[in-house]
Amino acid sequence: MRVRIPTPLRSYTGGAANVEADGATVRELLDDLDRRYPGIAFRVVDEQGALRTHITVWLVGERCRDLSTPVGDLDEVVLMQALSGG
Amino acid sequence: MIPAESYRLHRMAGAPDPTAGYRIEDRDGLDGTGPKLLVGTRKGLFLLAGDDARSRWTCHGPGFLGHIIQHAILDPRDGETLLVAARTGHLGPTVFRSPDLGRTWTEASAPPAFRPGDAHGRSVRSVFWLTPGHADEPGSWYAGASPQGLFRTDDGGDTWAPVDGWNDHPSWGEWAEWPDVEGTPDGSMLHSVNVDPRDPEHLYLGLSGGGVFESTDGGADWAPLNRGCAADFLPDPDPPYGHDPHCVRVHPAMPDRLYMQNHCGIYRLDRPSDRWERIGDNMPRDVGDIGFPVELHPRDPDTAWVFPMDGTDVWPRTSPDGRPAVYRTTDAGRSWERQDVGLPARGWWTVKRQAMTTDGGDPVGVFFGTTSGEVWGSVDEGATWSCLASHLPEVYSVEVARTA
Repeated sequence: MRVRIPTPLRSYTGGAANVEADGATVRELLDDLDRRYPGIAFRVVDEQGALRTHITVWLVGERCRDLSTPVGDLDEVVLMQALSGG
Repeated sequence: MIPAESYRLHRMAGAPDPTAGYRIEDRDGLDGTGPKLLVGTRKGLFLLAGDDARSRWTCHGPGFLGHIIQHAILDPRDGETLLVAARTGHLGPTVFRSPDLGRTWTEASAPPAFRPGDAHGRSVRSVFWLTPGHADEPGSWYAGASPQGLFRTDDGGDTWAPVDGWNDHPSWGEWAEWPDVEGTPDGSMLHSVNVDPRDPEHLYLGLSGGGVFESTDGGADWAPLNRGCAADFLPDPDPPYGHDPHCVRVHPAMPDRLYMQNHCGIYRLDRPSDRWERIGDNMPRDVGDIGFPVELHPRDPDTAWVFPMDGTDVWPRTSPDGRPAVYRTTDAGRSWERQDVGLPARGWWTVKRQAMTTDGGDPVGVFFGTTSGEVWGSVDEGATWSCLASHLPEVYSVEVARTA
């Protein structure tokens, strides 16, 4: 499926805003993304498996907070940088 | 749970190089043999290149524009490997390495991280401090983090592992600030990792807050080392831990001597004593002895520099009365002299704990970076100062790069 990549993470995708990755859940999708773009997962998810504060995952317009959420039948997953001040 | 192995990058042929945009391209003057300063800032990495007289400096960079570069250090053992601790406002923390002074970079394939399933549920928020390991252990480095974890690499910064003896010490939850806060100014952090040049197993570290701790077995076990040190913010007049060291330095030529700039004063400790002596009591009363950095003369164990700040009232963290000055002792803290020739008469900035350093020159060069984005230097041991760079982002760290 297509994964939309926010600008802070595009250093890992060679500048690509949209990339392909596969997985049955968000977690598997991030694992596959990391295989294709080494290092990208640790900037998104911490070592305890929690999404970092300033990254959000969107599934068909819904914000996903649980990485075990199934995504197998989706066409697109959107990673965004969350709004913060300063 | 994403397994830790996920973070081990196995760079595939054809995969994009995520560091391509981080290079420092303007090399004119940078690849010569003159002195270099590594300046980590809130918005990227800058390199200052000086002539042999250390009188003219050019500024190069930024590399990693927009990244928070907390610390940048060139490996003193090989004179080549440059490590930087980086994060951004939006991305997690990591470490990058360069073999050619910022021309090219590689990200650590296993950055400092607590173990998945960690008993405290800790995740590294920032890699705060880098210390090269012992001279006899090439490729070894320590990293201090926020929350207050300690990590070690033995392959020059490519793969990092938790120092379990510290991170999982039965007293860690009592010694450390946990749950920690990312508050004013930068949250709780582990800093000032010092390796005894006589013994790689003998380590010191500082927790801000939490105190000074010592290990004599390579980090397997630890004990507090805070006797004699004030902690005005605690009810106990001489508590075993809970203090707030800001910067701790072991003297390279006399490793039984430690200097500390603490939240509550300037101290010296001469081992085997375990009682710190408050040498800041000898500072002028109207200046006080609060500050962040303490920097040492590389050869003379009696000489050290501090940068006092206003720690009264609500802790403005600016120079006392807005009059920036370095103070130097040449008698191990029995007396102090003000060194402000060349510094502005008025200035409302200060110097963070990693943002001051000395070189190995004779006379010794002393350098510091300010919260207002200037780098200042003295090549006469603090007698006179000149501004080496200005209009940079807030400076977090200044280190001398001793190139091979």
